[in-house]
Formats: sequence, C-alpha cells, structure tokens
Amino acid sequence: MTEKTSVLEKKPKSFENLNVLGNQGPSEKKTFYIWFHSRKIQKRLVMFTFMFLPIALLGIFTYYPFTQMIDFSFHKMKWIGAREWVGFKNYIDVFKREDCFGALKNSLYYMGGAVFQLCLALYLATILSFGVKGGKFFKGLMFFPYLINGIAIGFIFKFFYTRGFVLDTVLQAIGLNIDNLPYWLKDQSINNVSLAATSVWKYFGQNMVLFVGAIMSVDSELYEAATLDGANKWQQFCYIILPSIKTIVLLNLILSITGSLSAFEPAFVITDSANGTGTYFTTMHEIAYTSQKVGLAAAMAVILFGMIILATIFQKVLFAVLFKNAEIEDKKGGKKRENKINRMKKRKGII
Amino acid sequence: MKSDFQLKLGTFLWKLLQYTSLVLFGFIAVFPVVSCVITAFKPESEYKSTTVMSLPENWLYFGNFVTAWQKSNMGRAFLNSTIIVIFVVFGSVMIGSMLAYVLSRFKFRGNGTIRNLFLYAALIPGIAMQIPLYKMMNTIHFNNSIPGYIILMMGTDVISIYIFIQFFENISTSLDESAIMDGASYFTIFFKILFPLLRPAVVTVMILKGVGVYNEYYSANLYLQKSELRTVALALYTFVGPMKSQYNLICAGVLITLTPALIIFILFQKQIYNGLTTGAVKG
Repeated sequence: MTEKTSVLEKKPKSFENLNVLGNQGPSEKKTFYIWFHSRKIQKRLVMFTFMFLPIALLGIFTYYPFTQMIDFSFHKMKWIGAREWVGFKNYIDVFKREDCFGALKNSLYYMGGAVFQLCLALYLATILSFGVKGGKFFKGLMFFPYLINGIAIGFIFKFFYTRGFVLDTVLQAIGLNIDNLPYWLKDQSINNVSLAATSVWKYFGQNMVLFVGAIMSVDSELYEAATLDGANKWQQFCYIILPSIKTIVLLNLILSITGSLSAFEPAFVITDSANGTGTYFTTMHEIAYTSQKVGLAAAMAVILFGMIILATIFQKVLFAVLFKNAEIEDKKGGKKRENKINRMKKRKGII
Repeated sequence: MKSDFQLKLGTFLWKLLQYTSLVLFGFIAVFPVVSCVITAFKPESEYKSTTVMSLPENWLYFGNFVTAWQKSNMGRAFLNSTIIVIFVVFGSVMIGSMLAYVLSRFKFRGNGTIRNLFLYAALIPGIAMQIPLYKMMNTIHFNNSIPGYIILMMGTDVISIYIFIQFFENISTSLDESAIMDGASYFTIFFKILFPLLRPAVVTVMILKGVGVYNEYYSANLYLQKSELRTVALALYTFVGPMKSQYNLICAGVLITLTPALIIFILFQKQIYNGLTTGAVKG
C-alpha cells in the first residue's frame, strides 16, 4: 500500500525533474549526460542491445544458410574442393532418380499414420474431457513417449519388433502361430507400417494433450445445458466439441502431413533405411554425407521446402474458405447482441 | 422419455467404454517401455535362457546398468549434456525474453517485419538446413566444439520467442508506464519489474527447450563427433555396433537416458502441458 502511494506521489516530481533538466544545460558534459539519458536514446539503446543477438543469430543460422542452400542446389559439388555450375540439372535428377522422389511414397505410410493418430487423439481427448477418475494419470501415461529421445525409441522398438521378442511373444500368448507372423522390420509388405506405428506411438499422446487443452477452453456451461436438454455424448461431441476445436484439429492435420513429408526418425534409427524403408530425408542424408553429392542433396532440400510452402498456402486458403462463413455469422451474431444490449440500455434509461 | 433403467444402462456402458479405452491405450503407451524395464534387470545368463516377457528373478540386479554406464562412458556424456542444456536454456530464455520485450512494447518501423522473419524461419524444415549449416560450421570451426554447438542450438529457436511474446501481451502496459513515470530506465523495467512476472513462461521455455536439447541427436551426431564430446543420446547410440543383440545391456542404457526426462515430466507435468498448448494455439 505504501509503495503504491509513493508511486503516485512521485509522478509529478519526475515530470518536474525532466523539465528542469531539459531547460538546463549550458555545460557540455551535462548536455551529453542529458542527451544520453533522454528517453529516445535510451529506447534506441535498449532496442539495439536486446535485438542485436537474436537477429544476428537468426541471420547466421537460418537465413544465410538458406541462401547458401539455394546456391548449392545449382552446383555440382562435394564438401571440399572446386564446384561446377550445372543449372537445373540437380533438380531434374531429383525427379528422375528412383531413390529420391520415389522415396516420397513411403511418406504415404506416415501420412496414413498421422490421420489415424489424430482420430485416436481426438477420441481419447473427448473421453478424458467428459470426466474420468484418474484421468490425469492416463493422460500422463499416454503423453510420456513424446519426451523419450529418438535413439532410445529406436532401441525400444528394435527390441519390440525383433523375431521372437516382445511383439511376437505377445501375439503367441493370444494364440497366434509364430510361423504365420511376418518379420516386422524386414518384410517389405509390412515394415513401413511397423515404422509408422512407432511414430503414432510417440505422438498420439502429445496430440491428445493439445486437444484436451482446446476442449477445456469450451465453456463448461454449454455441456451442462446440453445434458439438461437431453443431448447424448455423441451429439455433444458433434455439436459442441468438434465445432469449437476444428481449427486446432485441421492445423494439426496439416502439420502432420508436412511432418510426414520430412519423416526420418524411425527409418534413421530403427532400420537404418534398409529393406525399402528409406524416406526422402534419410535418402537426402545419405546423398549428402555418404555419397557427398552436396548439390543434389541441397536441391532435394529446396524441393522439400517448396512442398511445405505449398501445403502451408493450401492451409491458409482452406481456412479462409472454411471459416469465412463462420466469421460472418459471428459478426452478425455480435451485431444482434450489441443491438439488444443497446435497446436494453435505452429502455433502462427511459425508465 | 427414456426409462430410468435405460438411462442407467447408458451411463454404465459409457463408463465402460471410457475406462476400457483409457486402460487399453495407456497400456499400449507403456508396454514397450515396460518390456525394456523387465529385460534390463536380467543378468546375461537369465536373459539368454528365458523368454522376453518372463519377469526377472531378482529385481535388485543392477549389473546391467553399471556395465552400460561404463561401456558408453555415460558419466562424461551426462556432464557434457548438463553443460549444454544449462547454457542453451539460459541463452534461449534471455534472448527470447529480451526480443519479445522489445517487439511487444516498442512501436517502431520494422517491428512487423522482424516478427515475420522469425515466423517464416519456423517454416523452413530444420533438418533440411543442415547441409549448408554443416559446411558453415566446418568453415568457422564450430564443429567438435561444445561452445559452437551451444551457440547453434540457441540460434535456431523460434518457439520460445513466441511463448514470450504471447506472455508479454497479457501483461498490462500500465506497469511499464508507471515505472517510466517513476523515472526507471528500460533496463530496470525489464530486469526488475517484468522479468520476475515472466516466471511461468520462463519455466515453460526452460522445460521444453531443456528436454528438446537433451533429446537432440541428429545435430549432435553431426557436430560432436569426438568421443569425449558425446551427449547422452549419442552415448546411447554407440550401443548400435558392439552390443548388437545384448538387449539386457541396451535396455539398461535406454532406461538410464530416459530417467532425467521422466523426472522432469513428473515434476513439471502441468507446465509442459501449458507450454505445448500455448505454442500450438499460436500455430
């Protein structure tokens, strides 16, 4: 309390001080002092010191390498040594070589996984938000895989999928014959599904937490009112939950799709890209660091960046189209409410 | 109208569905890790003679953990990781909060441009950038150097800046104004008045960034190749060759590297969830 009053008391004082200082100033030393301590200069000083480092780092570690990447993509080059301008040859190669662009079809498995993961996350988030005992505990269990490092996940699932180990033991226990089971990581008809499943395992809990957060922000009175009106859970989900979180669901869908274009972790640490599990990214890694075809790898990176930009633009357009109507409705609703309030005010004023 | 019995049956079925789903997927989430825990407590002979899912005879056998720790030089790796995490987290918090302060409090030409520059940077896929970055890190001799790696990790961080900007926008500017009236300098305002208020955001950024840096292995693998510079994740990666099928040792190693993340998670569950939600809403 005393502090607050002191602030109030000081207010006019500091103004006076400023004015006095501003009018004074015959001696040079003092004018420099005043100039240096003037708000304008102080502001510039703070802006410079606070922004210099982050912007410098952003330039050095993001934008400069980005221009370099584009530059590399037009050259035939290794890490060390002379380079040669080849124009668009690298780009043409990316589309021609089976191992480059062809690897993108493995992304389809991860996209499928991503869609499944979103549906699962949405389902579990809904269940959690309708109130359960121990909900926090289950939420924690399902979320934790997200915090495990990629190498550890790699080992866990190598162990999990190896012939005769964890998964096979479990399946045998429920009565399946091991001879009918595929080699989860070697059999080309199933191994990409196995890998995409590890990605689902890692991320479904994280998605779920995001959705729970979004559902919690819905006014709980809405559910109560709906229950009183006799709406069942499915109706509540369709008419209350889904409309209010559709933005975040769609956003995550698109993030997952761009994420699956750049999927690399499972193939990188579990199968070492063997047996047809290589993704676009692991191929790029190999071309860059093993074959040392730096220009070609840079072209792959630029193309990937292009695809991600396209997906982002698509998202913006989609959102603009989908949510335009909703916004107009909102505005109309708002206007109506405003009018109503105004009318009420007028009435009260009259009374 | 539904009868009383129908209502009760409906509620019962709904509860049944709720709990079976949660138990099933909770089980799926922990089961691979549990299988690892079971194996990590089995000595060599027991591991070879029993099936994977049979429980260990002695839950207090820590031999695998000791061997795994020594073989991969985990002590050194934990020291390296701790140094890296502390400096990167400190740097990211300072850089992020200071930039967010200027961007959210000062109106100047270029404010929007700077925000957009950081926003677009988030679109560029991090791993795609590694090719030019690798060449650059070699040129400026930042490879095989822990300080170099720390600077790289601080420099490629956008999310924490967003968390801070969002937080600043929820702090009333009247605080700044009254301090200015009091004659406080901008530095005082930031460090003495606003920074203490940022605490929840600081905790969130520290945890998310800390866990992220601790788990990072792709960049670490490229830039910290000398064995004495290895981080924890990289030390675990050395198990790939020599211990190919000794899963009792590998699982012990996995559990060692996973423990710090587990402790952080148990202690700061709420902050982690909050941080993720703030980051996501900003999109």
